[in-house]
Amino acid sequence: MPQISITVNGKVRKARVEPRLLLVHFLREQLLLTGTHVGCDTSQCGACTVLIDGRSAKSCTIFAVQASGSKVTTIEGLATDGALHPLQEGFWEEHGLQCGYCTPGMILSAVNLLKDTPRPTERQIREGIAGNFCRCTGYQHIVNAIQHAAKKGLPKRAKRARRTPKAAASAATGGR
Amino acid sequence: MAAIPVLPKLVGERVKRREDPRLIQGRATYVDDITIAGMKHLVFKRSDIAHGRIRSIDTTAAEAMDGVDAVFTGAEIAEFLPPMPIGTPFPSPPHHSVAVDVVRYVGDPVAVVVARDRYAAKDAADAIVVEYDALPAVVDLERAMTGQPAVIHADFPNNLAVALVPGGTGVDGAMNVDDTAVDKAFAEADVVISQRMMNHRLVPNAIEPRGVVAHYEPGKESMTIWSSTQNPHILRSMIAALNGLGQHQVRAIAPEVGGGFGSKINIYGEDYVASAISKRLGEPVKWIEERSEAFVATTHGRDILGYVELAAKQDGTVLGLRLRLIADIGAYNMLLTAAIPTLTMLMVSGTYRIPAIRATITEVFTNKTPTDAYRGAGRPEATYFVERAMDMLASKLNMDPAELRRRNFIQPAEFPFATQMGAVYDSGDYDKALTAALKLADWDRLKAERDAAKAEGRLVGLGLAMYVEVCGLGPSSSLPTGGWEHSQVTIERDGRISATTGASPHGQGNETTFAQMLADQFGVPIEHVTILHGDTGVVKQGIGTFGSRSQAVGGAALHMAGGKVKTKMARFAAAMLEAHEDDLVFENGTIAVKGAPASGKSFADVAAFAYVPVPLPAGLEPGLSEEAFFEPSNNTYPFGCHISMLEIDRETGEPTLLKLVAVDDAGNLINPMIVEGQIHGGLAQGIGQAMVEEAVYGDDGQLLTGSFMDYAIPRATDFPRFELGATVTPTPVNPLGAKGVGEAGTLGSTPCIVAAAVDALSGFGVTHIDMMLRPEKLWRIIQGGQS
Repeated sequence: MPQISITVNGKVRKARVEPRLLLVHFLREQLLLTGTHVGCDTSQCGACTVLIDGRSAKSCTIFAVQASGSKVTTIEGLATDGALHPLQEGFWEEHGLQCGYCTPGMILSAVNLLKDTPRPTERQIREGIAGNFCRCTGYQHIVNAIQHAAKKGLPKRAKRARRTPKAAASAATGGR
Repeated sequence: MAAIPVLPKLVGERVKRREDPRLIQGRATYVDDITIAGMKHLVFKRSDIAHGRIRSIDTTAAEAMDGVDAVFTGAEIAEFLPPMPIGTPFPSPPHHSVAVDVVRYVGDPVAVVVARDRYAAKDAADAIVVEYDALPAVVDLERAMTGQPAVIHADFPNNLAVALVPGGTGVDGAMNVDDTAVDKAFAEADVVISQRMMNHRLVPNAIEPRGVVAHYEPGKESMTIWSSTQNPHILRSMIAALNGLGQHQVRAIAPEVGGGFGSKINIYGEDYVASAISKRLGEPVKWIEERSEAFVATTHGRDILGYVELAAKQDGTVLGLRLRLIADIGAYNMLLTAAIPTLTMLMVSGTYRIPAIRATITEVFTNKTPTDAYRGAGRPEATYFVERAMDMLASKLNMDPAELRRRNFIQPAEFPFATQMGAVYDSGDYDKALTAALKLADWDRLKAERDAAKAEGRLVGLGLAMYVEVCGLGPSSSLPTGGWEHSQVTIERDGRISATTGASPHGQGNETTFAQMLADQFGVPIEHVTILHGDTGVVKQGIGTFGSRSQAVGGAALHMAGGKVKTKMARFAAAMLEAHEDDLVFENGTIAVKGAPASGKSFADVAAFAYVPVPLPAGLEPGLSEEAFFEPSNNTYPFGCHISMLEIDRETGEPTLLKLVAVDDAGNLINPMIVEGQIHGGLAQGIGQAMVEEAVYGDDGQLLTGSFMDYAIPRATDFPRFELGATVTPTPVNPLGAKGVGEAGTLGSTPCIVAAAVDALSGFGVTHIDMMLRPEKLWRIIQGGQS
């Protein structure tokens, strides 16, 4: 079985895995990071979205071996030093979730969106999360949550990082 | 004494949800997040044909595979697991959790693998070889009723699960039918509308698929079962019954549940099989549904055909309604399958005083996934049929659709109002909701905008729909499980409050709303209140969360239990203060004589005294913990008005929703923010049905829309910003005056959008379009064909 090494939420994790093991199953079942959810088997729903090297990716659509050498941020790694990420705060403030199952993926897609488009229009927000399904909210409060975070701005490190892609990836994975 | 901080009243406020911190940080525990040492994984082998006799099942290759513990066929499972029970009094064919001899829909399980992990289990399931003798697939609903092309269950000729049950005017308790009044209404009518309408099949698709972990511990002779369910107490009863255990031996837990929308009310074959296999092997087992399985293995919703006839006077006064309902219930009766269309029948009077109604219901087996509750469960269908007919009538009479409805409303002074269908509406002010919606939408301006757009050649239309639904289910006479809800409120020794509720939430936010209520009731900070739910080992009794009942019934039980413990606590406080208990007020964390807050005792001190009561006040037992069962005297009947504006692209037929206005009356609201979220979600599903969602079966019984690639879940880009308004008409049937709101959004939105599409295409002579509004269908109308 191939050996992989992935930096997950700032920690280097090494393992021997079956080549066919999906990244999402590696995260959930081997690292017990169960905040990343599985909602479909066709890469549509986005519940499994994580950040790989700072960009959002559906972790059900990538093998763990393909992520070897990358930096992965899951929902568990988004808050820094005990402080919620502005998007987490926005989702809480604006009632951007109900059952919560799509929420981790939705938040990480929104991180990606705000990194590319710090001041998005409502249309840009709706397009930016079109790869993530929510069955509970009708999306309106999610849009409000992302607007809330956009108003507040991403954490300083991430903001600064936006100018240099390399630093952006580092900031998104917790900067470690 | 230091100044006492004043606590704000929380009921009616937009309190942030207490569930959210764990959910936004990935710290919640859904069923797939549960791991038990030694746990095995189950994967089901499912039929890939719609109808056939099982000739052989070869499991030898699967059993020989690495990591595989066991493989059970349906026949083997049947040796230790009885067929599944249903929850309705209708006759039902035997339904094995895993099929024996005959498969009856694509997705019907035929065998189950027990293995070390899900990968090994799935490999083994793929290695099982099943041979079938195919039988003709019964797909077309009306053909199925003639017994063609096959009879699915031998004891149900012509595939009729329920045959032509009548209801309405002139039907007595013995089902004798007198048509005189209905026939007279139609004979006297100036106008009669007649239309066949299909309320098509939907796939609920909670984003968390189903899942179960079952752990039978032989040494303890007890079973713990975690399932993604809306009703752990019903799960417990059923799991106990089918495993030959007492209910005291089964603990059922609904952990974090990722949405349900009715589809997680059922106790499914997989729940039974997991529990039975765990009991047989003495090992914990887990089964997690994949999405492609969920499409066929979790119950579907809707799929009711209606033949609607509406009789009216020239001035718009409705005289009578005839409605022949035919439901395609799929291959089997599930828990509530047979009862769902009866809710359609119950609600066909809508918000109108219709003096003569004849409705009949026929339920038909087909080789499809069984149907059952899906958000709204029978009421959106009723609303759709009646509202579409009202629109057609308005159009025929050349009347404004709002004006026609106003002319026929049940008036506020007429409540409680008994409809011809036997529903007794609790309270209502329909004109108020209509007027509020027209004002919020600026109806006259919208009409001018539509007319201007049409003058430019654009295809823009407006739609309006009223709805009334039956919620807060319900008196025990209306539910086979009992219709009450249970709560226990405990004031802990430190003055903190733990309360249980049998209304097990899956996104509804009860941990917040119920805590708001208790914080106000006891005058303590909300941080001092915890709401416990979803675990029959903690919550003594319960029914569950469905039918928009958790606030109206569960909230009422909580309020009652809180009241009981408050009464007792007041007696302890009275003893401490040497005051009369009736003179005490609970506020700002103290219990004090009214008008003398400084002389009061802290809430925590009184709690401590109640647990070490020296001396024990006469007539009291120590402790502060009381429970209540709330039995509502009636259902609740929330209502509202939804308005939409829609544009159809003339070149492509693609519809775009431009505006959606919803005014909903759910009675008193505990947390308006949460209520808005519930309405938004309901609207999304109602709009989804009208515009993008449809379960389509091929002639061979294959589900053609069996993944998210073919079945469209609405995306954020599909919706405009919803505009909400509210009117408040409390219900008298519970002490909170709350009616329930979980399903409301699915009722008015769907017909008002179809109405808008018909309005947009009125120039093409179309008076009705069956959902969903597929661009191709609309394009054909524009090209001169009919829908």
